[in-house]
Amino acid sequence: MSLDFNDETFRGDFTYRNSARAIKRFPFPFPEDSYMYSVNMEPHVPGPVGSVFEHMFDVDEHYVSEMRDRAQVLADDPLRCQSLPHMELAGWDLLELIMESKARDYPHWFSLHRDGNQWHWINRPLQIEQRFTFMDASTLPCGPMEYITRQTQGDFTLQDQRDDDLWIEAGMVTTQADWSLDFDIGMSFKQWHAPVPLAHQAGIFDRALKFLLKLQHGAPVRRFNWTMTVDPLLDTSPENYPKWGPSKTTMTPETVGRRQHLRVELQTLHRLPRSNAIAFPIRCYLISFQDLVTVPKWARRMHRVVRDIPDELATYKGFIRNKALMLDYLAPFDDGLPTSPGFAPE
Amino acid sequence: MSVGAPKIPVVVAEVIEVNALIKRFRFVRRDGLAMPVFSGGAHVVVEMDDHGTRRMNPYSLMSAPGDTSGYEISVRRDEAGRGGSLYMHNHVRAGMEMVLSQPVNLFPLDARAKKHLLIAGGIGITPFVAQMAQLEAMGGRFELHYSVRSPALGAYVDHLRGRYGARVHVYHDAFDEKIDLANLLKTQPLGTHVYVCGPKGMIAWVHATARAMGWPDRAVHSEEFLAPPVGLAFDVSLAASGKTITVQPNQSLLEAIEAAGVDAPYLCRGGACGQCETDVLRCEGHIEHNDHWLSDDQKASHTKIMPCVSRFRGAGLVLDR
Amino acid sequence: MTKTEFEPAIPSRPVYGVLHPAVGSAHLFVADGEGAGAVCDALTSAPALKAAAHVIYIPGANGSDHTGALQALGVAQFHRAPSFAAALPRLTKVLADAHMGMQIYAAGTEGLMAQVAAAAQAAGLPYEAVQMEHRGSLARRVQCVHCKGVTENVTLDPFQCSHCGLTLFVRDHFSRRLAAFQGVCIDAEDPGQIPASVERFK
Repeated sequence: MSLDFNDETFRGDFTYRNSARAIKRFPFPFPEDSYMYSVNMEPHVPGPVGSVFEHMFDVDEHYVSEMRDRAQVLADDPLRCQSLPHMELAGWDLLELIMESKARDYPHWFSLHRDGNQWHWINRPLQIEQRFTFMDASTLPCGPMEYITRQTQGDFTLQDQRDDDLWIEAGMVTTQADWSLDFDIGMSFKQWHAPVPLAHQAGIFDRALKFLLKLQHGAPVRRFNWTMTVDPLLDTSPENYPKWGPSKTTMTPETVGRRQHLRVELQTLHRLPRSNAIAFPIRCYLISFQDLVTVPKWARRMHRVVRDIPDELATYKGFIRNKALMLDYLAPFDDGLPTSPGFAPE
Repeated sequence: MSVGAPKIPVVVAEVIEVNALIKRFRFVRRDGLAMPVFSGGAHVVVEMDDHGTRRMNPYSLMSAPGDTSGYEISVRRDEAGRGGSLYMHNHVRAGMEMVLSQPVNLFPLDARAKKHLLIAGGIGITPFVAQMAQLEAMGGRFELHYSVRSPALGAYVDHLRGRYGARVHVYHDAFDEKIDLANLLKTQPLGTHVYVCGPKGMIAWVHATARAMGWPDRAVHSEEFLAPPVGLAFDVSLAASGKTITVQPNQSLLEAIEAAGVDAPYLCRGGACGQCETDVLRCEGHIEHNDHWLSDDQKASHTKIMPCVSRFRGAGLVLDR
Repeated sequence: MTKTEFEPAIPSRPVYGVLHPAVGSAHLFVADGEGAGAVCDALTSAPALKAAAHVIYIPGANGSDHTGALQALGVAQFHRAPSFAAALPRLTKVLADAHMGMQIYAAGTEGLMAQVAAAAQAAGLPYEAVQMEHRGSLARRVQCVHCKGVTENVTLDPFQCSHCGLTLFVRDHFSRRLAAFQGVCIDAEDPGQIPASVERFK
């Protein structure tokens, strides 16, 4: 493994670590001291150099190990990657978007040479070289969406647009916050969001859907979501809940700083040109509480968010049983001083 | 402002007189980049500087969706219209610089369909030209039923027959040929979707016939861009920007808002997409709702207006814009 | 039996109506158990449909069997199947041969209606094109999210997955594609701590 990438695990001995650089660029998702649902979408335009927004698809120190973890999840359960038959064109759109973006943004790691439909793709970190015919799935080892998302961090869903709705009809989902692609595939926008508490009544999904139906090619948008995970486990799937559920019961005041992780999803939305579908990458970033509290503003704010969140949301996000433990750990880092608005450290 | 997507600077590469009523325009980029690929059924908004009046008309793309060398549209001359088509016919020449919006698709194919039945009237053929190229490339099953006035006005008939053979059926009004719609709809396999683009009457006919034969509404698709109608001039107050403007007889409310330097969202400019929906703060008079977007209840309540196609008669109209 | 009253549910759960005879070239009815009553009501109100009607009927898992009443309607085609699985090859063939304009009606349990709608969708029809009326049992069809096995006629919550044996609680989240509710392990975090089952779906 090259020096650019960590050799680490997201299961078993959990050797996942964030370097000092990774902590500094961590996408802390709370712009204020409290949290409630909002649509909170903004244009996905390039951000500061070094930030997770610098490029269309962020490739970080966890890349190679994350892809190894995904391959293991898929070997254990191939249903984590599914595409309904009419979604292959959207898969090609996604493959093109990712290959073009990565080759442009990280030319030292990725190259793409196009000669008409004859494409030549090189992924140096994963030691992949592939010549294939664009739009001919028989020239790839698997479907286009699976092929490219086995080489890209984050979960992906593809939404077909018809009848004034969005339909989740393809996806690669191995780093999810407790939802099942196998169960949800084929659902409309409001159907797959049905289990989310409070937000329907607030009209959040009406507004979000209306906005997304008008999303234009060339103008992607982004938003954050977040939850909590014990241990740096990427695959918190409902499928494997009996395997990872018990980990929530074994945290102690001594281990909470090391084991409790804030899980941030950087969600971006892209209109795909050939299929008119929408690609929805859900990129997961994990940070332990002990790393998080090294930034004083984040520590203060994290304490206030956990303290004030409605129980309904803490239950839905799966951390209600450890809420007291988390607050006990965070409270000493909250001196009551005001925090400045926005995401950035003070 | 059109939801943030960058506009496309183009030069007119070619203007071709297809027949007495229709001209085809080919655009290539000025900046040397490739045109974005698109999906069959998409349109672009063409910006025109008509001797000081800014016009922005939507036209369906008819070039092959995967062809990034240029875009093609066809424009039918409309003598009674507000002037956009006349400007395109009379003033646009090869070599002129123009600006296009990014493609937007409000008339997409349903990718799940077992078969696509395409019904076109006149200039309504254009989105289908792109869709057929896309279906052909992907091995989709389709047939086209195309109604034209006469052989001389049958735009692209020879081209389409040459390319798609027996899947193209042409009907000439001049010879009293008419699409046998009832029979056609009766014999379609389960999973067929029907698409219609053409004159208002044809669209209504296809919807009504399909419904009467038990077709589900969601298997029937149509696209009708309304040209903004002409009318009497009227005044409007824009509360958010503190301006009062006059909408001229041959100008749309949206165009008048834009001309006053007030940014307003839009996508289709034809009353179909809902993007320009605007709150009405006060209405003393009657809104002429010409759109397909608002519900009948919304229209009757006079609390919303679609400025791309709708007009007003009365003493005062105040909008949240 | 009258139409079932449902409590307000989350948006993934379908909302059912009443079968209304619609215009169409052919009329396919699929019902189980008490759903026979909805078919009888619809065809009695529109007897002209009988000549173009095809009724497939599966007696209820609770033993209710209204075959006689359906046969007495005098429809063009009637078929009694012992289970949905046994009826599926026939249903698939009918859909494959059908033309646009055929009307599809499903009546009875949620699981039956959802499986008919899924078969119609697979044949290319929009989901909304299938009319549905709930009658009879509220027993649920539940997919175990862990082993993917589907357990039919679930009345208890929690219940034991008939495939992998885990104890599952039944969510209201519903997949039209799978024609099933979702079952999730109730003691994943605290193995062995299982509350008593209650009869939630009669």
